[in-house]
Amino acid sequence: MTDHGETTRKGGEIRNFGTQTYKVVGTRPIRHDGTDKVTGRAVYGGDIRLPGMLYGQILRSPHAHARIQRIDTSRAEALPGVHAVVTAADLPDTTGGRIDLGEGHADTKYMRDNILAGDKVLYRGHAVAGVAAVSLHVAEEALALIDVDYELLEPVIDVETAMKDSAPLLHEGLTTTELNEDTGRKSNIAMHIRHEMGDVQQAFAGAAHVAEAEIRTATVHQGYIEPQNGTASWSEDGQLTIWTSTQGSFTAQKQLATILDIPVSKVRVIPQEIGGGFGGKIPVYVEPVAALLSRKTAHPVKIIMTRADVFESTGPTPGSYVRVKMATDASGKLVASEAHIALEAGAFPGAEIGAAAMCVFSCYDIPHAVVDGYDVVVNKPKSAPYRAPGATQVTWPVEKVMDDLARQLGKDPVAFRLDNAAAEGTRRVDGIVYPRIGGRECLEVARDSDHYQSELSGPYRGRGMAIGYWFNIGLKSAVTASVNADGTVHLVEGSTDIGGTRTSVAMQFAETLGLDAADIYPSVGDTSAIGYTDVTGGSRVTYATGWAAYEAAEDVKRQMIERAAILWESSADQVEYSDGVFKTRDGSKSADFKQLAQKLEDTGGPVVGRATVHPDTGVGGSFAVNIVDVEVDPDTGKVDILRFTVIQDAGKAIHPSYVEGQMQGGSVQGIGWALNEEYAYTEEGRMANSTFLDYRMPTSLDLPMIETIIVEVPNPGHPYGVRGVGEASIAPPPAAVAAAVENATGTQLNVLPLRPDRIINAMEDSIPAAAG
Amino acid sequence: MSKIHVQCTINGEPTEFLCEARQSLLEVLREELGFTGTKEGCNDGNCGACSVTVDGVLVDSCLILAAEVQDKTVGTVEGLASAEGLHPLQQKFLEHASLQCGICTPGFLVASKALLDANPNPSQHEIRHWLAGNLCRCTGYDKIVRAVLDAAGTAE
Repeated sequence: MTDHGETTRKGGEIRNFGTQTYKVVGTRPIRHDGTDKVTGRAVYGGDIRLPGMLYGQILRSPHAHARIQRIDTSRAEALPGVHAVVTAADLPDTTGGRIDLGEGHADTKYMRDNILAGDKVLYRGHAVAGVAAVSLHVAEEALALIDVDYELLEPVIDVETAMKDSAPLLHEGLTTTELNEDTGRKSNIAMHIRHEMGDVQQAFAGAAHVAEAEIRTATVHQGYIEPQNGTASWSEDGQLTIWTSTQGSFTAQKQLATILDIPVSKVRVIPQEIGGGFGGKIPVYVEPVAALLSRKTAHPVKIIMTRADVFESTGPTPGSYVRVKMATDASGKLVASEAHIALEAGAFPGAEIGAAAMCVFSCYDIPHAVVDGYDVVVNKPKSAPYRAPGATQVTWPVEKVMDDLARQLGKDPVAFRLDNAAAEGTRRVDGIVYPRIGGRECLEVARDSDHYQSELSGPYRGRGMAIGYWFNIGLKSAVTASVNADGTVHLVEGSTDIGGTRTSVAMQFAETLGLDAADIYPSVGDTSAIGYTDVTGGSRVTYATGWAAYEAAEDVKRQMIERAAILWESSADQVEYSDGVFKTRDGSKSADFKQLAQKLEDTGGPVVGRATVHPDTGVGGSFAVNIVDVEVDPDTGKVDILRFTVIQDAGKAIHPSYVEGQMQGGSVQGIGWALNEEYAYTEEGRMANSTFLDYRMPTSLDLPMIETIIVEVPNPGHPYGVRGVGEASIAPPPAAVAAAVENATGTQLNVLPLRPDRIINAMEDSIPAAAG
Repeated sequence: MSKIHVQCTINGEPTEFLCEARQSLLEVLREELGFTGTKEGCNDGNCGACSVTVDGVLVDSCLILAAEVQDKTVGTVEGLASAEGLHPLQQKFLEHASLQCGICTPGFLVASKALLDANPNPSQHEIRHWLAGNLCRCTGYDKIVRAVLDAAGTAE
């Protein structure tokens, strides 16, 4: 059993590689929205209640693959209390196209088909019809009265089968796009991409050591605790208002406008507090159905998914099949690598294959490399981003091969990785040349850590380590800042706050103006109250929205200097501001921020700072390293995590506690992915474990404390050196845990999750070899 | 469907409500009485987001019917703080950054209070065992466990 005796091993460490020290940035204030969230006051999407509100429910396909022959809603419509039923026939019929979702793209026809199935259902859980009724229970009863005739079709639920020529096709019209050209060939393979550099064949031919791995990973879910929800009110003047828990109110607005074929100006999205997302709350699901029902009934309509709906019809992360081969010269320098990555997109194209191809060899300097990536549709829910989407699936195979090569070379795994670590100037296979990055520093800190230096002994115990990467994104953010008469500032940002970013953004604003974090009152604006802001995803909020806050603070500073000049009958160029005090250059007049704020009415009225940013260069990627000790029960195959350390490059940690929180949360999701979590399917393609009881996410009892070491290698592309930290931490845990289990048991494993039965089987298989 | 008249005490206040026989305590708390601090995560007793106490016993409010709380006392997250301020557990959750999205937080607070009422000095293992019925997907539990240890005064 996991030892919970020792509670305070080393943790909370920060290792600085050249970042500055600041007054607010780097401190740990209590989050601004904290009190509302510990008292139950915070309003989440599901908490919305409007006058006359109806409750919606969605009928979902019981089949993985079928043609809809007929839908008869008349019995449901006749049930007392039912106000309306909608089907795909209520959706506008427009031609396809693509829209940008910030983290990924979507084809509009596919988006619409995913909201309510057209002629076919493509996965169990696929929405078929929506009902609005006076109560949840009446709506539920009405679902049973909707008659749907299905012609069953053969499902295909794994990527390897789906890629075969003989596989049943999901979409009649889908043809493979091969290296950017439409082949016209009907297939479940939506896309094949390739990155290549150097002469891979020749490099392998001349290599001294070669290793390969072939890995399969299961479909897993983001597992946020709050189910998807949406409340719609479509008023008689054509204005649609949506209250929802979303990672991007503007992205939701764009999707709703596209799906419903109305102008974006007709859609107002009011983002509520959001109970976790991890990428899964970028797509809309129930909101358009609630909107259609609201239009049809002239009432507000609220829909909340059940947990089974969440599992069976919202984006899981792709299951995968990945082959990796790598080689070194005699000295242990990597010379060549190749990867074949096939990801399950789910029912519609759009697995994060591009991201997977970017991340696969991202930790290393390899002169000759080729990556082939395949985006493949299967009869599962359409996949959605999940924390560093695509990176986790490719990190284990690479790290397994790296461990194999280290063994062949007789080198320590960390030392071998350090010998080959990517650094500033390294060219990645997808063409990116790295700016300053912190991968090497993370490995050095791991090597020198108390954990790595400690002894691990005992039967069936083993240690593993791994490194993973996520590139992070920049995208667009807007911030406005209104100076109050008491010298505080109301800050409005467009980024929905999933994990404390109001505070990390406000802290950067406060730092720039020399104010305290508590002087800033941050809030998240709706789509009518703030400029366009991209999704909370790609680890971008503290980076990009924080940068917008920095610029907005500079704007406030400039305006306040002008006010001081008016007050003192001076000119702006004669006023300076530092450490929270405005003063004339001759030193004759001075006022602190609060004093000057009181004079705004006399000097021209309110001061409102504003900024929009769109950083497309300078986004700093982040590396995460894990060290993990496990013990395997030889009788049951159960794995206990004895000790776990995560080391991650944060650039500059704005609020170290929330950086640690990201590192710990991502690590534990990765541990769940490694050990427990998977979609179990029946032969008919039905998910067999769509409850939290059977889809087994880690509980507090399964885990030790998660030790953290923040590595600060400043990002030169940000005013405070920030790198996004939200995602990289999920990439290495399966690799590190698998290595530890292999070391503990003397086995080789190649399928996630590392279920007890798989471990026992591998141990039994390895007995003759061990004996011999 | 005729409704059932229920009298109970919620967070110290005598309360009465009408409910259908099929309505869970969670549904009535949230949809009829406005106690939306109690969250719904799964509606089948596996996530703990809807944790409340009934006569001091920690329960998932989605697993009992509203009609069952006749003459009983119900405690929700809204009852933790008082005019004097936050409950020590609430304060420690804030200081330790024990919440990210916050959806599981009410359930963890109610469950943690029930733990400390039953066992004022729990070990880390006892805390992890007690809280294993509450799922958190954001934090990895580390900072939650530290907050409870700190609130209990048993932090090592």
